[in-house]
Amino acid sequence: MLFNLNALITLELLLPITLTFVFIAIYALLGVYAERKIAAFIQDRVGPDEVGYKGTLQTFADILKLLQKEIIVPDSADKILFWLAPILIFASVFAGFAVLPFMHSEYYVNINLALLWVMTIVSIDVIGIIMAGWASNNKYSLYGSMRAVSQMIAYEIPLGFAILGVAVIYGTLNINQIITMQSIEGYTWGLWNTKNYGGFFLWSIFQHPHLLLIFLIFFTAGIAECNRAPFDIPEAESELIAGFHIEYSGFAFATIMLAEYANMLIISLLSVIMFFGGWNSPLPNLGNFFLYHWTNGGLFWSSFWLLTKSFLLIFIMMWIRWSWPRFRADQLLQFSWKVLLPASLTLVIFSVLWKLWLHP
Amino acid sequence: MVETVLFWVLAVLSIATALAVITNRNPMYSVLLLVVNFFCIGGLYLTLNAEFIAVIQIIVYAGAIMVLFLFVVMLLNLGSEKSLEPAFDAKKGLAFLLGLAFLAEMLVAMKDFSAIGSAKETFEYGKVEKIGLQLMTQYVYPFEMISVILLVALIGALMIAKKYN
Amino acid sequence: MKNYFEQYLQNPCLNYNLAPFSKRMQEYYGAFIMIAIGLGLALILSNLQNILIRKRFTERKVMPYESGMDPVGTARDRFSIKFYLIAMLFILFDIEIIFMYPWAVQYKQLGIFGFIEMFSFVLILFVGYIYVVKKGGLDWN
Repeated sequence: MLFNLNALITLELLLPITLTFVFIAIYALLGVYAERKIAAFIQDRVGPDEVGYKGTLQTFADILKLLQKEIIVPDSADKILFWLAPILIFASVFAGFAVLPFMHSEYYVNINLALLWVMTIVSIDVIGIIMAGWASNNKYSLYGSMRAVSQMIAYEIPLGFAILGVAVIYGTLNINQIITMQSIEGYTWGLWNTKNYGGFFLWSIFQHPHLLLIFLIFFTAGIAECNRAPFDIPEAESELIAGFHIEYSGFAFATIMLAEYANMLIISLLSVIMFFGGWNSPLPNLGNFFLYHWTNGGLFWSSFWLLTKSFLLIFIMMWIRWSWPRFRADQLLQFSWKVLLPASLTLVIFSVLWKLWLHP
Repeated sequence: MVETVLFWVLAVLSIATALAVITNRNPMYSVLLLVVNFFCIGGLYLTLNAEFIAVIQIIVYAGAIMVLFLFVVMLLNLGSEKSLEPAFDAKKGLAFLLGLAFLAEMLVAMKDFSAIGSAKETFEYGKVEKIGLQLMTQYVYPFEMISVILLVALIGALMIAKKYN
Repeated sequence: MKNYFEQYLQNPCLNYNLAPFSKRMQEYYGAFIMIAIGLGLALILSNLQNILIRKRFTERKVMPYESGMDPVGTARDRFSIKFYLIAMLFILFDIEIIFMYPWAVQYKQLGIFGFIEMFSFVLILFVGYIYVVKKGGLDWN
C-alpha cells in the first residue's frame, strides 16, 4: 500500500498546518501595522497612534470593526461566484505554504516539484481574481480584475523564467536541496574559495553573479504578482477605488487582504530560499569566531534566519510601495513583455552556459 | 486503499463536472467547472505517480488556457442574461458524428489496454528527470515540432487581433 | 526498508532522492490536506459574519458601488481584443517555460546536444515574439 492512513490523521500533519495558519494571521496583523507605520515614517507623519501603545492595537481594532460589518452582496452580483471567489483566492495562496518551509525540519511537505507548485498557486490566484471581478457585476471591479489578470499573467512569465534560472543552477526544483546546496557550495563567482568562511558568501547570489539580476527580475515580478505599488494599477485608488474587491465587505474583504499579505510572504520566502541561502546563517566565520557554525542549524536558528531575511524583504517591498509612483497600465504591461521577458530568457540561457562551461 | 478511494472520488467528480460543463447554460460557469474538472484530472495523474504531468495539468490547463477561455467569454459578452439559441444544424450533426468516431477510437484503444501492471510501469516514469531525458532524446522531433505549432498559434492570434483592431 | 527510513530521518535534505517514489508521493497527500484545510478556513473566515451579524436589508446598500451615483448601464461590458492576444502570448510562453523545466533538471546529462535542442526550441518561439513586437501587438494606445 502506498499510503498510510494513520500518518494522515496524526497531529504530525494537522499541527503544522494549523500553526501555519496562525502564523500567517499574526504576520498579516503585524504586517498591516508595520505597513502603516513605515508609510507614516516615509511620508513624515505619525501614523496610527491612538489605540494601544504607539497604536500597536490599531489593527486589532480594525479587525473588530470588520467583524461587526455585515457582508453586503450586491443585488446584481452573481451570488455563488461572489461567495466563492475569496475562498478560492485564500485557499490557493494558503496551498502555497504547503511547500514553503518556515524552519529547517522534516515537518513540512517536501515535494520534488516545489518551485513548480508555487507557479500553480499564482495561476490559480488569477482565476479567483477574475471570478471576484466578474461576479461583483460592478464596472470598477471588472476593470480592476481585467487589469490585475493581464498584469499577473504578464509578470508570471518573467517569474517562471527567474525560477527556471535558479533551477538550472542547482539542477533541481526541490526547495530542500536548493537550500542545502547553498550551505555546501563555496566558490564565490567562480574566483575564490569561500567555503571556510560560510555565511553570506555561500548565498547563491554571491556564488553566481548573474543571479543578482535574476533576483531583481524575480522580485519585481513578485511585487507585480502581489499587485502592490508601483504595480498597483489594478487597485488604483484614484480611478478604480479598490479594484476587483470593491464590493467585498467585512471578513470576506479581510480574507482577500489576508491572501494578499500571505502572497507577499510567499514571494519573500521564495526569494530568500532561492537567492539568500534559505535558513542558513548570513554571518561568516571570522578568524577564531566561528559565527557561521555557531549560528547555523537547529530549529531556532533556522527559523530565525529564514523569517528575519524574509521580513527584511517584506520591509523593502513596503519601502518601495511608499517611495515610487505607480506605473500607467500600458507602461506596466510593456515593461514586462518588452524588457523583463527577453532579459529573463537571456539570463536563463546564460545560466546554462555558466553552469556548463564557465563555473562547472 | 486510499488510492482506490481517491481514484473513485476523483473519477466520479471529474465526470460529473464534465457533464455540468456541457449542460450549463452560463458560459462563465462552464469555464469555471472546467477548471474544477482539470483539478480532478490532475489529482488522477497524481494517483498514477505522474507528479510532473499533474502539476503542468493545473498550470497550463487550469491556469493558462482557462484564463484565455475566460477572456474569450468576457470578450463575447455571453453573460447570464443571454444564453445561446439551441439550433440543430449541420455543425451539430458533424460534431455528433465526430464525437461518435472519437468514442469508437477510444474503445478500440482501450481494448488492448490492461490496467494490471501499467501502474507499476509508471512508477518511476512520472519523475521530472525521466521526462526531461525522454523528451530530449527519444522524442526530439515532436518536441521541436511543438515550438513550430506554438509559433503558428502565436501568428494566428496576432492576425485575428489585428483584423478586428 | 527500516535502514532507509533511519537514513531519511537523519538527513532528509541529502537523502531525499534515495527515498522511494511512493514515499515522495505521500507528500502530495499532505499538500492535498493543506488545500482542503485552506478551503475550510477560508469558508469559515469569509462567512463568519453571516452567522454572527444580523443583516439589515436596504435598497441602497445592495446597489453596485459607483462612487455614490446611481449605476449607469451594466458591468457586463465587452473588452478589447488586446486582452485575448495577451492571454494567447501568455499561454505560449507558459508552455515554453513548462517544457524547459524537465530540461533544466537534466541538462547536465544531455550536454551540448540538449543545449542546442533547447536553444532552437526557444529561438523558434523567440522569432514569433519578435514578430509580435514588430507588428505592434504589444503596443497599447
